[in-house]
Amino acid sequence: MKTYDIVIVGGGPAGLAAAVAAKEAGNDSILILERDHELGGILNQCIHNGFGLHTFKEELTGPEYAYRFIKQVLDLGIEYKLNTMVMDISAEKIVTAMNREDGMFQIPAKAVILAMGCRERSRGALNIPGYRPAGIFSAGTAQRLVNIEGYMPGREVVILGSGDIGLIMARRMTLEGAKVKVVAELMPYSGGLKRNIVQCLDDYGIPLKLSHTVVDIEGKEHVKAVTIAEVGPDRKPIPGTEERYTCDTLLLSCGLIPENELSRAAGVKMSTVTSGPIVNESLETNIPGVFACGNVLHVHDLVDYVSEEAKRAGQNAVKYINDGCKLPAAEDKVIEVTATEGARYTVPSTINVDRMDDLLTVRFRVGDVYKNSFVSVYFDDERIMHNQKRILAPGEMEQIVLRKSQLQEHEGLKKITVKIEKE
Amino acid sequence: MYDVIVIGAGVSGCAVARWLSRYELNVCVLEKCEDVCEGTSKANSAIVHAGFDADEGSLMAKLNVRGNEMMDDLAKDLDIPFKRNGSMVVCIHKDELDGLKVLYERGVKNGVKGLKLLSKEEVLELEPNLSENVEGALLAPTGGIICPFELTIAMAENANENGVEFRFNTRVEDIKKGEDGLWHLRTNNGEYKAKYVVNAAGVYADKIHNMVSADKMHIIERRGDYCLLDKEVGGHVSHTIFPQPTKYGKGVLVTPTVHGNLLVGPTAIDIENKEGTATTAEGIDALTAKASENVRNLPMRNVITSFAGLRAHLEQHEFVIGEVKDAPCFIDVAGIESPGLSASPAIGEMVSEMLKEKMSLKEKENWISTRKGITRTEGLSIEEMNALIKENPAYGTIVCRCESITEGEILDAIHRPLGARSLDGVKRRTRAGMGRCQAGFCSPRTMDILSRELGLSYEEITKSGGKSNIVIERTKGEV
Repeated sequence: MKTYDIVIVGGGPAGLAAAVAAKEAGNDSILILERDHELGGILNQCIHNGFGLHTFKEELTGPEYAYRFIKQVLDLGIEYKLNTMVMDISAEKIVTAMNREDGMFQIPAKAVILAMGCRERSRGALNIPGYRPAGIFSAGTAQRLVNIEGYMPGREVVILGSGDIGLIMARRMTLEGAKVKVVAELMPYSGGLKRNIVQCLDDYGIPLKLSHTVVDIEGKEHVKAVTIAEVGPDRKPIPGTEERYTCDTLLLSCGLIPENELSRAAGVKMSTVTSGPIVNESLETNIPGVFACGNVLHVHDLVDYVSEEAKRAGQNAVKYINDGCKLPAAEDKVIEVTATEGARYTVPSTINVDRMDDLLTVRFRVGDVYKNSFVSVYFDDERIMHNQKRILAPGEMEQIVLRKSQLQEHEGLKKITVKIEKE
Repeated sequence: MYDVIVIGAGVSGCAVARWLSRYELNVCVLEKCEDVCEGTSKANSAIVHAGFDADEGSLMAKLNVRGNEMMDDLAKDLDIPFKRNGSMVVCIHKDELDGLKVLYERGVKNGVKGLKLLSKEEVLELEPNLSENVEGALLAPTGGIICPFELTIAMAENANENGVEFRFNTRVEDIKKGEDGLWHLRTNNGEYKAKYVVNAAGVYADKIHNMVSADKMHIIERRGDYCLLDKEVGGHVSHTIFPQPTKYGKGVLVTPTVHGNLLVGPTAIDIENKEGTATTAEGIDALTAKASENVRNLPMRNVITSFAGLRAHLEQHEFVIGEVKDAPCFIDVAGIESPGLSASPAIGEMVSEMLKEKMSLKEKENWISTRKGITRTEGLSIEEMNALIKENPAYGTIVCRCESITEGEILDAIHRPLGARSLDGVKRRTRAGMGRCQAGFCSPRTMDILSRELGLSYEEITKSGGKSNIVIERTKGEV
């Protein structure tokens, strides 16, 4: 089997953008491994529009957005293998993969870019009580059945969770003639984008019930009815608030989980907040030469940010190889980046000033809805950024941009803290 | 006309069928569901109990210990995974330590080998994640873990290969003794006749029994809720951890499964509903609380699914196996609750011995005692994988990402004797869809394969037969 400088695990938006950036940065030895039968990842089933406003300044559908990158991959002659499952990544960066044609094979790589994306939280993981009949789908599975396979799962729908895929599927099922009766959300706020609530629920008169959850599923063979109830501040159902909806389908859009089984097995250290790898300014994990980007790193709201992040991972992988695959600098050069008081996490978690670009985007999410608050950044104990925001919500990713010169000016800087402040 | 009809293709019915298949007999198994292993057999603790729990001298104790003894050879013959991980009954109150001694002595009388009472230190050394309140434990090294699906399916396949017929989607609605001296079984799929009937109908065994006997039977459906946890935390304990038993049974256990998950359960709630397998929030909360008394830091955030099963409980808490007094040639295999899975091979053996005597049966000369399981790719070396893929490229395509199940394994599951016809059928034979994403990714792919291999339309594919269709119609417009 051929060896490659860079093996990219996953041919979705993150993997494609990383590959293009790596190639444009001058590396010609790149291989993308994709488990599906085409490149593009989950975008292929996202046939709605709204993709690419930041990247291309126009509104594209998912497949159109993906194709912009697929075309570059093809034009640049980047190699890829489809229907190929990566079975293992070793700490020594030997990638073991398998498909029908090549069988099982191993590729020693100089750099590996993790771009496996995420999966949906299942009914089982949510511990929803009731029967376990047919008719219960994660929203993404239903999206695949409707948009790729061309089949309707049912006609009367209840949706639990207001993640973006659930909101998009509420509209999609409605357009296909189904009746979406209600969207129940456990939290007192939606986990999705505001624009999706307006365009997918409000425009179709679909009620969104915040602080509600499913307390029973009826039907032994197929879903017959779903009961929802209001929950209190402890997120436990309040007796007496039950409402029963007859339906044949229950869709779940209750959160996405980065797919890091391969990363964990390789020995990559994980964040308990994001369930993704802990990375430095170069989007590099604790294993030198193993980079992560896209939803495998942390769940994004917009694909545009995935592409942007993946581009950096691709460029940094090339830089790592061109620098002779050196180990990262000693710990004392490393500045810790942390999130507190309303900010849940930051990506990256550490910055080595010597290795950072002139501008570095730090992304994070908040843990609650904050109105007229400030995103503050502290360099050790000194507040150096204080940006007012009209609204901050968990469903939207936030970012701050750090300048290299700014960090260099603060000699001896140990810690950068991001927090949300009332004033 | 059949010599013997077995009602119910759960673990007892399939065991009876497998052991009867040794003899020159026409045997048919009638099953109301679309597959074997659809009732109690599919939702239980998946434990091969050592046998110290059942009362001394009871049939339960005898068949438990015998079934446990038979399991190694059976697992080898039928090519199914079985592991003697050992069971532990944990005592967390000093004043209840005597209870362990009672169990120990009962176990010894029941013929359980290798029992040992452990001190607090010995327990914690073997199981560091147990509660610090633990005062001691009873260790039963012969306790084991098994996959109940594979055990039931393997016995059914083996029986089928030896000539036993299986009729699925066939519900027995009435049974009468005809003037021809045969049992006439009215079903939704026509009438069946047999000289002997074996009632292995699980929670329905009372209903079936009451069709032929004036001595009425009443089975209480005792529901047990379970949580199955990710393989990531499958090593939280290595033994099967029991609390001390109560009158409701062996209590909430925490155990690794033979496939490396962690299983927590069951609750014990009497419900009087033969189809009442809905879980409840109270049930799940209760089992978490109970299990946490014995096991520390139980990683309940790693739950990948919860489910409930029904125990076919009789008030006397004893297996009822034998000819019904007022219905000659009608054999009950009833009240088969825990340790029914452990006892199943012994139940099969016992019923076949019983009929051998009654019917003067002759052993088949060409009986096939072994069954080859699905070729598993898990754990194969690169060379072994490549040999397999060269022979059949379908082994190179992963369908279920979470459990690394290949298309080759799914094709095998569909095309073998009594093959899979639904998503659950594929799942229980191969584990495709049983992992952490719970079939989110692989179900459309498995549907493609089922559709192609069985010539079914997408709309005809079900989760588990009946009306459990996955999709209902085409989307609008041309596709």
